[in-house]
Amino acid sequence: MRLQIPLIVVLVTGLLLIVTFFIPHEPFGSLEQRFLIWYSIVAGFTMLLGLDSLTRYHLVRIRDKIKGWGFSIVLLLGLFITLGLGFYSWAKYQSPFTLGSPFMFLYTYVIIPLQATMFALLAFFIASAAYRAFRARTTEATLLLVAAVLIMLGRVPLGGWLWHRMVDFADLIPGTHLAGLKNLEIFARINDWIMDIPQTAAKRGIFIGATLGGIVMSIRIILGIERSYISGS
Amino acid sequence: MILHILGTWIAAGLTIAIFSFLYKDNPFYKFAEHLYVGVSAGFGVIYVWAFDLKPMLVDRFISEHGVERWILLVPAILGILMLTRWTEKYAYISRLPIAFTVGIGAGLGITGSVQGFLLPQMQATLLPLTTINNVILVIGVVTTILYFYFSHEFKGASNIILRVAIVFIMVSFGASFGYTVMARISLLIGRMFFLLSDWLHII
Repeated sequence: MRLQIPLIVVLVTGLLLIVTFFIPHEPFGSLEQRFLIWYSIVAGFTMLLGLDSLTRYHLVRIRDKIKGWGFSIVLLLGLFITLGLGFYSWAKYQSPFTLGSPFMFLYTYVIIPLQATMFALLAFFIASAAYRAFRARTTEATLLLVAAVLIMLGRVPLGGWLWHRMVDFADLIPGTHLAGLKNLEIFARINDWIMDIPQTAAKRGIFIGATLGGIVMSIRIILGIERSYISGS
Repeated sequence: MILHILGTWIAAGLTIAIFSFLYKDNPFYKFAEHLYVGVSAGFGVIYVWAFDLKPMLVDRFISEHGVERWILLVPAILGILMLTRWTEKYAYISRLPIAFTVGIGAGLGITGSVQGFLLPQMQATLLPLTTINNVILVIGVVTTILYFYFSHEFKGASNIILRVAIVFIMVSFGASFGYTVMARISLLIGRMFFLLSDWLHII
């Protein structure tokens, strides 16, 4: 029964959502919206599980004085100060997201800089990864390199500047009047074409394949063939 | 004003602490990294409470009447059942809310993705082959789909399909890579501008 009841719940919930799609009338009409709200509520409770797991893990590290335990104190302090400021701002300003509240101060001056810098840091690692990936040793790697360089040139002022200099250089040839070509902004056009045609084509092909796979997996889950999601507990 | 100055100094300190990782892993980076995880988790809890649990469960339970009110106990109980994972003996009960969420995901995974993604994308691909761009687009989509069709081995002449698909896939990956690099560089410029302008007032 411990296995059968969850399988029945999945079957009924999945089928009901499919039925609501084909019969958008009461009592099924509002079911999809209702289920989505319920989904958010249930998912909200899982946040408590994550919070418990994170707190427990770092409390154990502090208790056992595992190397780097001092940073676990920093993490827990950050967590509980954020929670404290959030609920304090709630009590005082009706919402923690009110501008000028202590919670928004924390968001503006701690969370945003940390998040933005963490992602900005990736620029350096991407550059180092690019060095390894972009060595044009094969046709495929060359294609990758050329596409990436063209996209980058098409999106920065350097691309426009480079095109203008190329036209100026070509204009030096006696008898040629190519200055009008400057308005072509060739790198920007190439960039648009790559993004609109070959990039869209491959991305669409990949996404269609992935969606078909997702649909098949959904059918397997609803029919109880795929059960990995309940095997762990 | 004082709070703004204090906040700017805190933000600058944390920004430099993160960037210090470029030299090597060090205690300043570890401090900022752990702080980031802690405050992000705290922010996540407040966010979920503010935008999910409170408006969808607590506020509605107070404002609704009759069946609409009491039916909210269903997701509330399912949510509480999820917490049975804390106990070893009753952890199996958490399968019920998990099954419910998986069922919703699977149900929407069929109808939602067919209606919202698959059909519009296929419709956008069924183009008249009157221009070069349309021909390239259709060839790209079809060959890319076939590239990931592993039930059939492409040999001999049909191997050309795979070669064409690789060209499209590599161009696509290169374009996505270039796009990502630009996004990261933009963020880097943003952080540098913050340090030099907002903090140091050099520019």
